[in-house]
Amino acid sequence: MQGNDACAEGAMAAGCRFFAGYPITPSSEVAEQMARRLPKVGGTFIQMEDEIASMAAIIGGAWTGVRSMTATSGPGFSLMMENIGYAAFTETPCVVINIQRGGPSTGQPTMAAQGDMLQARFGSHGDYSVIALAPSTVQEMFDLTVKAFNLADRFRVPAFLMSDEIIGHLRERVEFPDEVECIPPKPIKEGMLPFEPEDDLVPGFTPFGRGHRVHVTGLTHNEKGYPASTDPDLHEKLVVRLVEKVERARHEIADYDVVNPEAEIVFISYGAPTRAVRQALLDAPGKTYGHLNLRIVWPFPEGLLKKFPNARVFLVPEMNLGQIAREIQRHVDQPVIPIPRLGGELHIPSYLLKSAGEQE
Amino acid sequence: MSAEDWFREDRLPHIFCAGCGNGTIINCTLEAVDSLGWKIDDTVFVSGIGCSSRAPGYIKTDSLHTTHGRALPFATGVKMAKKDFNVVVFTGDGDLSAIGGNHFIHACRRNIDITVICMNNQIYGMTGGQGSPCTPKGAISTTTPYGMDETPFDLCELASAAGANYVARWTSYHVRELTQAIKNGLQRPGLSFIEVIVQCPTNYGRRNKLRDVQSMITSMKDHALLKEKRDRLLAEGKPIPDDMFVVGTLTDRNRPALGVKE
Repeated sequence: MQGNDACAEGAMAAGCRFFAGYPITPSSEVAEQMARRLPKVGGTFIQMEDEIASMAAIIGGAWTGVRSMTATSGPGFSLMMENIGYAAFTETPCVVINIQRGGPSTGQPTMAAQGDMLQARFGSHGDYSVIALAPSTVQEMFDLTVKAFNLADRFRVPAFLMSDEIIGHLRERVEFPDEVECIPPKPIKEGMLPFEPEDDLVPGFTPFGRGHRVHVTGLTHNEKGYPASTDPDLHEKLVVRLVEKVERARHEIADYDVVNPEAEIVFISYGAPTRAVRQALLDAPGKTYGHLNLRIVWPFPEGLLKKFPNARVFLVPEMNLGQIAREIQRHVDQPVIPIPRLGGELHIPSYLLKSAGEQE
Repeated sequence: MSAEDWFREDRLPHIFCAGCGNGTIINCTLEAVDSLGWKIDDTVFVSGIGCSSRAPGYIKTDSLHTTHGRALPFATGVKMAKKDFNVVVFTGDGDLSAIGGNHFIHACRRNIDITVICMNNQIYGMTGGQGSPCTPKGAISTTTPYGMDETPFDLCELASAAGANYVARWTSYHVRELTQAIKNGLQRPGLSFIEVIVQCPTNYGRRNKLRDVQSMITSMKDHALLKEKRDRLLAEGKPIPDDMFVVGTLTDRNRPALGVKE
């Protein structure tokens, strides 16, 4: 099965029943599969007039209490940024699939890249936090799509599946479990206000039509949900909470693989380049190189870097000019060496081994 | 139940300027909604950004005050995900026809079963009186200091051409006709578009020799041409004055619609 189809199947299994999207290479198969599958289970697929509208529609869908999703690639992701900020600020749980392609601009529609990793974290204006997952297999396209819904609901944030053209169009064997774990957002507690946080900093969810009579606004709002946009303290407290509710859970929700923790030379990767690193390690059985594979990139779990106590150097193959390498360097004293690969093709394992060899 | 029961009283006082007509339109809307026996918890108000878009914040239902121009796609998401909801959109001329123009024509094309009430004050009121796509030719705004030299949109013709089932235009002076038009729109399956020309003495009238509320309302009333009268003039081969705008029910049909309750 193709990665994009596995993603759609993951969404169906997770109970996604509303999809709004706009065609864009190389993500369109996700929309096409949702268009085939949703009507058969009483769900709704709608093709919108652009990606701004798609993001708006899934936020509307999410507030009716239905798991909602869209899928896109770079140019569409850029258009979605406005309403992604709205989703973050209004604490709307929703899922965005980004099958990354070469950018900037129209770039390379049919070729892979990981150029939207910083945009995923910082792309909309203002401070906020989100969750970004990165699959490196077709199985993970399924599994991490399910996980994205659960995390979006738990933290009431937009969750991004930051895949790429390689994994989206890759065909591999996938196993669908009979049942997947679906954890809905926690309901609001009696006596609490719609935007009043609990101890985990996340307010209970108040979907429409259930008597909550909630006012949802993109203006700075108080715990009732009412606009209060000129209160400096209230604004600061709200924005800090929205960042903290995600960031402080970064180690608890971290999802990763550690290989050879005693190594001195350590690869760190996520998404498609993880495949190249794994192959490189298989190709050099005599070498002891470490590998950290991240399935959740944002919030960035910097504590995992301590799992390699002997590390002298971190090598970070990415299909961009070092977006996450930059984040890693923030947290360690050792040199962090980006191994960028632009152009749409994956790193060649022998090149990774050569890069590692240079550090010995 | 009465229309008053729909107000979120703990949000008062409102932010509208003295003399603003938006409150009149909210009143007419709530009168219409209440008279049809709609329930607060089955109804969702959605809006974008601008003076008009503050309306849902004063209404007790679940509501979405969204991003500039995007009320219609948000409303589309609510309605398509749960067709049982009654969905009403408040918008303004800038929100709907400038930044939201593409969403407007597509919502009309889909003929999605929502009611769209556009408070057309012919200006960007919230941001201090800049020209909008509905500012009349020659009118002064902060961005057209020598007079607007572009041709304004006819929002009703646009809605009708794009496929909306019900299209009507009134002004904030015509409260009874407006309330009836909103009632008609709420009941008609498909997209209902009701344009309300509304006075903005603060940011439109002030710069266009209509400084006080009364002169603005009189001007709206005097420039409103009943559709029936317009049709009669046309039939008689008489000219339609350039400075008049047509009011009345402009489109009323039953084309297939999207998102209608089953």
